[in-house]
Amino acid sequence: MAKYLLLKHYRGGPAPAVDWAPMDQWTPDEVDAHTRFMHDFGARLEETGELVDAQALSPDGAFVRYDGEGRPPVTDGPFVETKDLVAGWYVIDVDSWDRAVELAGELSAAPGPGGRPIHEWLEVRPFYGVPAAVPE
Amino acid sequence: MNRELLRELVPAVIGVLVRRGADFASAEDAVQDALVEAVRGWSESPPQDLRGWLITVAWRKFLDAARADTSRRRREIRVEGEPVPDRAEAVDDTLQLYFLCAHPALTPASSVALTLRAVGGLTTRQIARAYLVPEATMSQRISRAKRTVSGVRLNQPGDVATVVRVLYLVFNEGYSGNVDLAAEAIRLTRQLAAQINHEEVAGLLALMLLHHARRPVRTSPDGRLVPLAEEDRSRWNRHLIAEGVEVLQNALARDRLGEFQAQAAIAALHADARTVAETDWVQIVEWYDELVRLTNSPVARLNRAVALGEADGPRAGLAALAGLDPALPRHAAAAAYLHERAGDPVAAARLYAEAACSASSLPERDHLTRQAARLNSQPRS
Repeated sequence: MAKYLLLKHYRGGPAPAVDWAPMDQWTPDEVDAHTRFMHDFGARLEETGELVDAQALSPDGAFVRYDGEGRPPVTDGPFVETKDLVAGWYVIDVDSWDRAVELAGELSAAPGPGGRPIHEWLEVRPFYGVPAAVPE
Repeated sequence: MNRELLRELVPAVIGVLVRRGADFASAEDAVQDALVEAVRGWSESPPQDLRGWLITVAWRKFLDAARADTSRRRREIRVEGEPVPDRAEAVDDTLQLYFLCAHPALTPASSVALTLRAVGGLTTRQIARAYLVPEATMSQRISRAKRTVSGVRLNQPGDVATVVRVLYLVFNEGYSGNVDLAAEAIRLTRQLAAQINHEEVAGLLALMLLHHARRPVRTSPDGRLVPLAEEDRSRWNRHLIAEGVEVLQNALARDRLGEFQAQAAIAALHADARTVAETDWVQIVEWYDELVRLTNSPVARLNRAVALGEADGPRAGLAALAGLDPALPRHAAAAAYLHERAGDPVAAARLYAEAACSASSLPERDHLTRQAARLNSQPRS
């Protein structure tokens, strides 16, 4: 078993395969179908014993860094200019990279306007594991 | 085995151990250990006298731990048994534990965790699950909280207002995680109300009962948020509402108004309306006036503006909203709602989409996005 991060972005990644309107321009039923799909996807991963964690991030927030002794941290944000903005993630524990890719493919098929798959890019990243107890 | 019954005994048993000479932190640990043993060993035949059993086992656990500790630190403690105190003292002990766990030196998160463990008798694992943090994290939080209050004597009088705020925090977390924190908060507030005659404790209990009555219809089966106006009122729990109203009336009769009584009064007016149209918005605005007077809270002012929009029309609501900081939580959502009612769906849709971006929960974000979508997909004349 190995853990993978399926990262969703508000913006960023390769050029969108399909350029959908933002969600508030969809019909209420299309919004519902999309949120239900997300809900069911998590529930299904739980059933198969592959879900570790699922979290969603608000688009609010800022970059923060140290600015020297005795000075308050510098903040940069909210993320108006940022090209890449993480929206949330699933952490999965699966048998193989192929299974992680398969699941990301399913997640990317979440329904959009007209019930058609949104073809959203998902970033799939392996976690570092622990050193094997039996070194090869 | 009745775990609920067992948990009710926890604060009193901690009190017994403390009066026999244990410090609070060790007594609390010992009772937790005894609880774990009870859960493990009682599946077949629980003892007749639960309280006696819990005191005996917890005291033994305490002695074991203290002896191990003493051998390292050579600390003197009183180890011989003393007479088991009567019920009146046990009631006092429970009350003192509420105060200790809500001690002003503790952060809200620590107070909440410590209250759930020492007064509620929940295990660290259950509390960790309820707050969606690792068990080790919750364990540390509780240990640190216990160290913080280690110097506080258990017989010092405390401030009811801090206890009430902690219980309110527990209740408000009640809809996430897999331990029913809302039900637990109600149980603890009931227990507190039975021990102390305080109008704001009653006010909080009423507020909790009135909101809990609506809980089953506040979300749809697939997790969508259902706004108050669209809730299926026939499925509200009338028993809880009746109890909440009675508790509130008794509190109000004491003529010492506080913020929780005012909030409960608003909840009671909503509960009293069989349909949305029957809602007595004029009275609700008056109670918001009281709430603003009592708390001077900008959130209360925001809610008052929305209520005013119902009582005197959306223009009045928007006028009241205009004086408030747009950075307030739910400001955009309130503005969106009032603009829609005022007949401006374009501004309303833009504001709903803006509100979705600053929503504090996923169901809320989805709900606001859906509202924007609803307006954007309406044919416009």
